[in-house]
Amino acid sequence: MILQVDDPVVEVHDLTVSYDRKPVLWGVDLTLPAGSLVGVIGPNGAGKSTLIKAMMDLLPASSGYVRIFNEPLKQVRKRISYVPQRESVDWDFPASVFDVVLMGRYGNLGLFKRPRKADKDAAMQALEKVGMQGFADRQISQLSGGQQQRVFLARALAQNADIYFMDEPFAGVDIATETAIIELLRTMREQGKTVVVVHHDLQSASEYFDWVVLLNMRLVASGPTQQVMTQELLEHTYGGKLTVLSKVGDLLRKQEFPARETRRQNNVIL
Amino acid sequence: MSEFTEFFSFSDANVRYVTLGSVLLASSSAVVGCFTLLRKRALVGDAVAHAVLPGVCLAFILSGTKNPFILLLGAFITGWLSLVLIDYITSRSRIKEDTAIGLVLSVFFGIGILLLTAIQHSGNAAQSGLDKFLFGKAASLVGEDLVVFGAVAVLLLATTVLFYKELKLLCFDETFAKSIGFPVRTLELLLTTLTVFAVVVGIQAVGVVLMAAMLITPAAAARFWTERLGVMLVLAALIGAFSGISGAFVSYTAPSMPTGPWIVLIVSMIALLSFALAPKRGWISRLLRQRRNRTQILEENLLKLLYQLGEQEEDYFSNRSLETILTKRNIPRPQALTGLRKLKRQGYVQHQQNGWALTAEGEVRGKRVVRLHRLWELYLTQYLQLASDHVHEDAETIEHIITPELEHKLIEELNYPSLDPHQTRIP
Repeated sequence: MILQVDDPVVEVHDLTVSYDRKPVLWGVDLTLPAGSLVGVIGPNGAGKSTLIKAMMDLLPASSGYVRIFNEPLKQVRKRISYVPQRESVDWDFPASVFDVVLMGRYGNLGLFKRPRKADKDAAMQALEKVGMQGFADRQISQLSGGQQQRVFLARALAQNADIYFMDEPFAGVDIATETAIIELLRTMREQGKTVVVVHHDLQSASEYFDWVVLLNMRLVASGPTQQVMTQELLEHTYGGKLTVLSKVGDLLRKQEFPARETRRQNNVIL
Repeated sequence: MSEFTEFFSFSDANVRYVTLGSVLLASSSAVVGCFTLLRKRALVGDAVAHAVLPGVCLAFILSGTKNPFILLLGAFITGWLSLVLIDYITSRSRIKEDTAIGLVLSVFFGIGILLLTAIQHSGNAAQSGLDKFLFGKAASLVGEDLVVFGAVAVLLLATTVLFYKELKLLCFDETFAKSIGFPVRTLELLLTTLTVFAVVVGIQAVGVVLMAAMLITPAAAARFWTERLGVMLVLAALIGAFSGISGAFVSYTAPSMPTGPWIVLIVSMIALLSFALAPKRGWISRLLRQRRNRTQILEENLLKLLYQLGEQEEDYFSNRSLETILTKRNIPRPQALTGLRKLKRQGYVQHQQNGWALTAEGEVRGKRVVRLHRLWELYLTQYLQLASDHVHEDAETIEHIITPELEHKLIEELNYPSLDPHQTRIP
């Protein structure tokens, strides 16, 4: 069940992504409605993080294209915000909580420019929104997992973007942080922002999101939560490994085959 | 000693230049090294340093002069080439980065030594002094050399200041940098170029073989003292500058001494001292902390014993002999005595001819430890469903580290209990 919407904020067309020539996502075609809380759900290795990274052009696509706000990505960078996985950085970096949140303003500042007073105000406000204003001067190496996640979230908030991509923001955080985050996401939705969240817990998924994307190396379903979170579709997503598919992928890598015979002209620009 | 005053009075213009040069070289490579270190590419500096040698030799062979600008250009080209090669090998083959670094380093250095030997045996009179690139010679930093190398060093410092924000983000979170549209590839290229330049100017003072130490060691030492990147850069620069001056001094007083090894020894000493002495992260402060913990545990255990004896007899303040105290718990006698004496000095116990007694303050503190012990036992049985005979050992440790806020929270979560899992009263 793949539902397409009119006037989408995100449009993904025939997106295939490979690591070292092995495709990990095959031909994804989807559109996301504006102002929604979207959950990207699937088993381990389903390509959830890969999908959102490819959507932001952080990974090269073997085929297909992505348009956000009906524009190529380069033109809307400033309206997009990314919250990477917490473990993707070394938290033993010499920086304070405030330093990290201030990084959210770097994109708007541009090269060479130092953060202005207004940027510092924005960073402080973002910290307040996640309830971490008391930790501004704390060293990031001293934070708990939940606090690290909040800091990353504050950094994204400081960007003042219109669409947010978050990679597993609920992974390994305490219950208080999880509640705080979901509250924050709902407020953001009310302000008309779109939030795309990679999520691994089925239980809470149907409660948290109003649009769900089911993924397992290919797109299984995309649509409103009630219509997508069905027994049948979930079994389809989680049940049965796609053994042949992943074997073909391995073959492509070993034989050094391209994922597409020729790259179409329009997929490079994005 | 007279040499020392002679050198550090800077009355000799030559000494001034050499010192200035060494300070600039050492501190600029230290600053760049901070970013290399934080990007976890410390070994890359080593590869570049070794790869610079064939460039220097080739530049000399082709031009026939020791013009610093030409030598620098040659060094830059091969140094840069080695990095491109490492990247290429890592991304295009199954060879991992560490292997690629080892490979590139040895091949380039091998070629360099080959060329150097060939030059030395060619009988070219102009070649004398080229071997200083192997181990460095700060004292030869005069005239034209100083101008060229000094200018590059200043340029390096200026670039890191200009790109401070960008390099910081690149080292902390590359993917995020990419997501906000930073030209990550270009910035990487910039850092690579800075690293190569830092190495190229630094080898004049330290030499090819030990250049990696100049790049990384000041940064590693500085990291121990601070949690702020800005401070770390300044500290690394200072450490670099200090070792640069000492290198120049060695070069000046003992011309036959290899400068590089001296500088590296000095900077390594600083790193070692930082490792030992730095607050919080240092080795000694960790030892002190452990020692403090041990005495705290001993003192609190003694107060707890006295309190428990008091509980048994419902009399908290009368004297107990050391033997009575030790029957409840096996603490080595001398240790117990030292602990008790210390507690007496602190005013928690009193000593009379027939034994030791709690003071009012001692009773409060002893009571708190007993309370925490029993609260923790209760918490473990209630929240972790541990059997009541399994919880004592755990509580023995936890009772010493629970903070007043945690204690408060614990009492609240356990709903103001009065009995522990062994049905003993919680005081």
